Amino acid sequence: MSSPNLARHGHGRGHWWAQRLTALALLPLLAWFVASLVALTGASHGAVIAWFETPVTAAAAIVLLAAMFYHSQLGLQTVLEDYVDDGPLFRAAILLTRLASFALAAVSIAAVLAMALGG
Amino acid sequence: MGMRNRPVSPHLQIYRPQLTSILSILHRLTGVALAAGTALLVLWLIAAALGPGPFAIAQAVIASWIGRLLLFGWSFALFYHSVNGIRHLLWDVGLGYGLAAVYATGWAVLLISTALTLGAWSWGYAIMGAW
Repeated sequence: MSSPNLARHGHGRGHWWAQRLTALALLPLLAWFVASLVALTGASHGAVIAWFETPVTAAAAIVLLAAMFYHSQLGLQTVLEDYVDDGPLFRAAILLTRLASFALAAVSIAAVLAMALGG
Repeated sequence: MGMRNRPVSPHLQIYRPQLTSILSILHRLTGVALAAGTALLVLWLIAAALGPGPFAIAQAVIASWIGRLLLFGWSFALFYHSVNGIRHLLWDVGLGYGLAAVYATGWAVLLISTALTLGAWSWGYAIMGAW
């Protein structure tokens, strides 16, 4: 959170805003998603697929996943900036969290699309 | 960077633990735990997309005692991080900075996130017909 850390990445203000905007988006999306998943407790595979085949569900789930992985990547980056000194290790860790977040977001969105489109 | 030996302010081991610092640390801990937990959500989504067989395996893993324990911890982390996140967003717009307010909202966050966790699990078990 100290200024040298923010300067390290050169876009502290954008990071700050993105963290808050994704947080705002996640609050209603997570309330809906968690309530829906609890309602699906013990549901059959068919019921889960039927839920994802609803266009609103699929669209909201995709927005949720995108916001969630963006938000968690920003958070992990803040933690790394606070505890890891600048250097090859720091850079590798940042790159790794970005790649992992992007890959997980892409794979999970693909899974939602496959269910939504009946693939 | 030439800054390694600069003086640092008193840190965690100097201060007596208090609600404010513990909740702050908990926000970061739950955030990191949730980031790790997203991998499990991704696996569940992939299993569901692959078909009834893989989905049944995923459901069995979640229903196991270790699966339930992880899910319980993860659900509390999610509720805590979300409710305390609202507290952080209010601070961002300049609300709730008084010492009394910081403590009152801190206790409220603990109460609400615990109630939401227990409520969600009670609802889930009620659907399962366990009660």
